[in-house]
Amino acid sequence: MVTIDIKAESGQREMLRRMLTIRAFDTRAGELFADGELPGFVHLYIGEEAVGVGAISALEPDDYITSTHRGHGHCIAKGLDTYQMMAELYGKRDGYCNGKGGSMHIADVDAGMLGANGIVGAGPPLATGAALTASYKDEDRVALAFFGDGAVAQGQVHEGINLAATWDLPAIFVVENNHFGEATPVENQHNVEHLSATAEAYNIPGFTVDGMDVTAVYEAVEEARARAAAGDGPTFIEADTYRYKGHFEGDHEPYRTKDDIDDARERDAIDRFKTRLVDAGVITDAEFDDLEAEVEAEIDEATERAQDAEYPDPSEAYEDMFGAHVPEIEEFAARVRTDGGERQ
Amino acid sequence: MSTQEQQQSTQNLTLVQAVRDGLHGEMERDDDVIVMGEDVGKNGGVFRATEGLWDDFGDDRVIDTPLAESGIAGTAVGMAAYGLKPVAEMQFSGFMYPAFDQIVSHAARLRNRSRGRYTASMVVRAPYGGGIRAPEHHSESKEAFYVHEPGLKVVIPSTPYDTKGLLAASIRDPDPVIFLEPKLIYRAFREEVPDDTYTVELGKAAVRREGTDISVFTWGAMTRPTLEAAEDLEEEGIDVEVVDLRTLSPMDTETIVESFKKTGRAAVVHEAPKTGGLAGEIIATIQEEALMYQEAPVERITGFDVPFPLYALEDYYLPEKARVADGIREAVEF
Repeated sequence: MVTIDIKAESGQREMLRRMLTIRAFDTRAGELFADGELPGFVHLYIGEEAVGVGAISALEPDDYITSTHRGHGHCIAKGLDTYQMMAELYGKRDGYCNGKGGSMHIADVDAGMLGANGIVGAGPPLATGAALTASYKDEDRVALAFFGDGAVAQGQVHEGINLAATWDLPAIFVVENNHFGEATPVENQHNVEHLSATAEAYNIPGFTVDGMDVTAVYEAVEEARARAAAGDGPTFIEADTYRYKGHFEGDHEPYRTKDDIDDARERDAIDRFKTRLVDAGVITDAEFDDLEAEVEAEIDEATERAQDAEYPDPSEAYEDMFGAHVPEIEEFAARVRTDGGERQ
Repeated sequence: MSTQEQQQSTQNLTLVQAVRDGLHGEMERDDDVIVMGEDVGKNGGVFRATEGLWDDFGDDRVIDTPLAESGIAGTAVGMAAYGLKPVAEMQFSGFMYPAFDQIVSHAARLRNRSRGRYTASMVVRAPYGGGIRAPEHHSESKEAFYVHEPGLKVVIPSTPYDTKGLLAASIRDPDPVIFLEPKLIYRAFREEVPDDTYTVELGKAAVRREGTDISVFTWGAMTRPTLEAAEDLEEEGIDVEVVDLRTLSPMDTETIVESFKKTGRAAVVHEAPKTGGLAGEIIATIQEEALMYQEAPVERITGFDVPFPLYALEDYYLPEKARVADGIREAVEF
């Protein structure tokens, strides 16, 4: 059973809702970062919503994904809770990593979300490992790796794909080509017109889809999943998309113009899907407005609760270091408890 | 190279501006110096450390690479072996692990493996260390990894003046240098930095503050809280000597031992985790060279043995003035 049935009208509305939730969440995250509310680095998924939602909706709920440093959209598409996500961004105890991971490390293994990842290109081998496990245990699960166009230059991406291809593992590799590896245009990083050409080297199917068309992404992944589940090995999908915001919040973006971004917005995934649903009578404009308001309210609540939530205690830094008890770590913890309150 | 001239013109620069200025000077001086890395060219680097270099020196000498740390480091080794002087930037030191193999297996060993026929005279620059509200890869300090590898030199500056001079010395050095820049203090303060190029000798520590009661050894961003703690302790009648090691490999054991023989007590301050950290190496050196002078156990004031934590816990993880002062008192009052 797929996560969301795109043929059902309720499924279409749910996909729209998840895309709107991603946009609202990341818009808020950007605002909070600008206000100095959020620590560290924040990489926003705005513009790329159709890739995460299209791909994950076509998976089964038990399937695994690996994510990237730009992972909020994958989390929401996978059904993660926006409050626990926002709490993690704030470094609060209620967050998915108890406030120890932050934006780039949100993971929920129970939900099949094997983790956002601060290291570009680290996800594909992990997906290969999850796919190998599914295959070994003879479970009907697949593993899908999201990674960016920049990651295709990383060696470990190719190692992961080669292993999965050679061993016919139930894996799906989805490259989100948003046209910039950080600040460098994709054409300056790769010698191929389409990154899907990568598939040829591994003798697996590879194709490029419109990554700002949620239906196109869904159908591509649906097919890839069927192939993986049948034991026919991995598929490489390039989703042609665009990020509207900088590589990270605060990026001054000298590498493109406002016109470039406006051009991309012409093919905005949410606008296009909404129009399609309105034309088909699946949703009215008024219902869309209600949906947007609902999503906004959810993000308002998640943010307020995250702001009010507690930080982890300093001594919690020592928890979860090893499965077995390590006395030295207790000594460290005691030291911090003594030091507590002397922050400057 | 007008190292100590009085009349030379200077600029008031931050540490990261001194990196940029140092690179510019060395590129002007030697056409073989090539800067490469992720977004170092047109974009000027995420921390602006290479700003304007691409405008002045062009595509051939300021190379924007794909996101491929292993490829960058390996390419640099190949360039260096054939006579160029690559200065490769790793965007964060936490992103260096894919490049670790090339650095350790090749850059560090080329000279020895070829019995001196080839060398990898290259610099790998990376912002390192914590205090910027980001977890793990964006904040950790793994200098001990590189110090542990014979064949690598490891440099960590703590002032703008030293940054420019040590970077120049690293680029001119005949062997590979890992040049770690404490990003917490990239823009924390300014210092007069000569416009001309100059070198600060590798392998030499700097005594930042003379004292008679205890020697505190530190480097990078930890130098400032250590100096502040020393000032505070002066009011309590504790006279602290602060030694900024600057180069961690080769380490200036002579200065360490000399200082320790004078004070008989010591503390080491580093932000890297305690276990396997360089404090242990410094203590072992003291034991070997000056055991009979020792009056108290040497204090280790360090980060803890956990991955670099996020935000709320960061202030507890990093040694700060109060924790440094506590550690120094403990050694002095023993």
